[in-house]
Amino acid sequence: MEPILRTENLTIRFGGHTAVDHVNFTMPEKHLKSIIGPNGAGKTTFFNLISGELKPTAGDVYFKGQSLAQKSAIERTRMGLGRSFQITNVFPNLTVLENVRLAVQSKEKIRYQIFRHYKSYQAITEKAEELLSLVLLDNKRDALTTMLSHGEKRKLEIAMLLALDTEILLLDEPTAGMSLEEVPTILEVIRTIKKQGNKTILLIEHKMDMIIDLSDSIMVLFNGQLLADGTPEDIMQNETVQNAYLGGLYDEHLTEIK
Amino acid sequence: MELIVNLVINGLATGILIFLLAAGLTLIFGLMDVLNFAHGGLFVWGAYAGIFTYMFTESFVIGIVGAIVTGALLGLMTEKLIITPVYGNHIQQILITLGLMLVLQELIKVVFGPNGVAVKTPSYLAGSWEIGDVIIIKYRLFIIIVGFIIFGIFQYMLKMTKVGLIVRAGVQDKEMAQALGIHIKRVFLYVFMVGAALAALSGMLMAPYSGVIYAEMGMEYAILGFIVVVIGGMGSFSGSLLAAILVGLAGSFMAYYVPVLSLAVNMILMAIVLIFRPQGLFAMRKERST
Repeated sequence: MEPILRTENLTIRFGGHTAVDHVNFTMPEKHLKSIIGPNGAGKTTFFNLISGELKPTAGDVYFKGQSLAQKSAIERTRMGLGRSFQITNVFPNLTVLENVRLAVQSKEKIRYQIFRHYKSYQAITEKAEELLSLVLLDNKRDALTTMLSHGEKRKLEIAMLLALDTEILLLDEPTAGMSLEEVPTILEVIRTIKKQGNKTILLIEHKMDMIIDLSDSIMVLFNGQLLADGTPEDIMQNETVQNAYLGGLYDEHLTEIK
Repeated sequence: MELIVNLVINGLATGILIFLLAAGLTLIFGLMDVLNFAHGGLFVWGAYAGIFTYMFTESFVIGIVGAIVTGALLGLMTEKLIITPVYGNHIQQILITLGLMLVLQELIKVVFGPNGVAVKTPSYLAGSWEIGDVIIIKYRLFIIIVGFIIFGIFQYMLKMTKVGLIVRAGVQDKEMAQALGIHIKRVFLYVFMVGAALAALSGMLMAPYSGVIYAEMGMEYAILGFIVVVIGGMGSFSGSLLAAILVGLAGSFMAYYVPVLSLAVNMILMAIVLIFRPQGLFAMRKERST
């Protein structure tokens, strides 16, 4: 069966630096795969290549067997590739509910009934409220977004991403910058999404316990290259990976530079 | 007492007219980051098209409709032909829209003749009411009422409808609205047309107020429009109303009490706001931290 997402020799160079280096990976449908690797391994760059923020120097991304080379980031979102950012991306001067409503309604074509009160679009509001309760924000629905904590903004962002109803979710460090108390709720949210069983999720994370708990598979990037890809158990036992994380490869790399 | 009331009504009426002009400017700038210096041209075309329709049909209401339609159509053409090629480049926008402003102004002289045209207030809006000592000029009150009704309609559309939500989101962060899959350019075309129609309506309502229309009036009022946008905050609709009223009242009172300062007062207001709150009183744009 054709995997939902696949890369072929995906490569990007910035000057002399190869940030992502001939990465071949496949993503089965309804699967949760985490990407790990030390800082600067090329994880976010890899995401940017998949979502279309960056154009590869060589290689290509395939969504359901279709090449994405000519597709812009917006076109990819419409096709079914939704991504979150490492920095939060919400509209600060709209209420929480309005943010989600906007994302829900953006899927539809604008019908120019410009005078109709939004409350008459019951389905949109209901969908938005449903998503807010999924990310545990229903008590904040009428708050202005700028008043939310960082963690709440991340949750709102996930709700908006879900509202776009894309088959694939690209989550770039959803717990980045969060307080310790907030991390478990994000974990809970991702687990709920996974349990619903209709999304394919690609996750960048640093928190290993969270990754092992959630992932169907883990891929390891190091210096832009795919070091390993397998079940959490395989990865934990993989010697090269252990070296990478224990610093063996770091030292070797440093010597090379010297 | 009579004096104060009259100065207030005068200031409010002027403020409302400037608000109608500035409302389009602020949304166009906030939403699409476009500096439209031709806005005054749309204002003066609205005045001429509306007044000539009014004189021809002898109906002030049809004249208003004529002004609005003219404004919207000119807005449509301006966006498609002039603005679209210069998205993202402020210098080019200033040059080309300033050029368009001059073309629109001169075309007025070609089409309607080079001399000013005297305008009569329609009979049912002419005259005044006397309430005790206070004399209220009907037409000024009419402008104020129309202005607040329009403000109410737009406030409703911005706050309570789907398109309004898109516009408000787009003003805050248009890249992100696009990332959500919203056709922000299409929305912008409509906003541009609506803004142009409001400018034209403003010109039409201004005509009986000032009693005469002339080709250069667009340039004069457009400057006031820009001042109001700066004071109110780019992209803020309510900010524009408050700033316009402030500018209207300041002008009205200064013209009576300190006439020498009446021209400078707007600049002084703008300077004070820029010093203490450079983003304007009610800025809506997201400050990008990254």
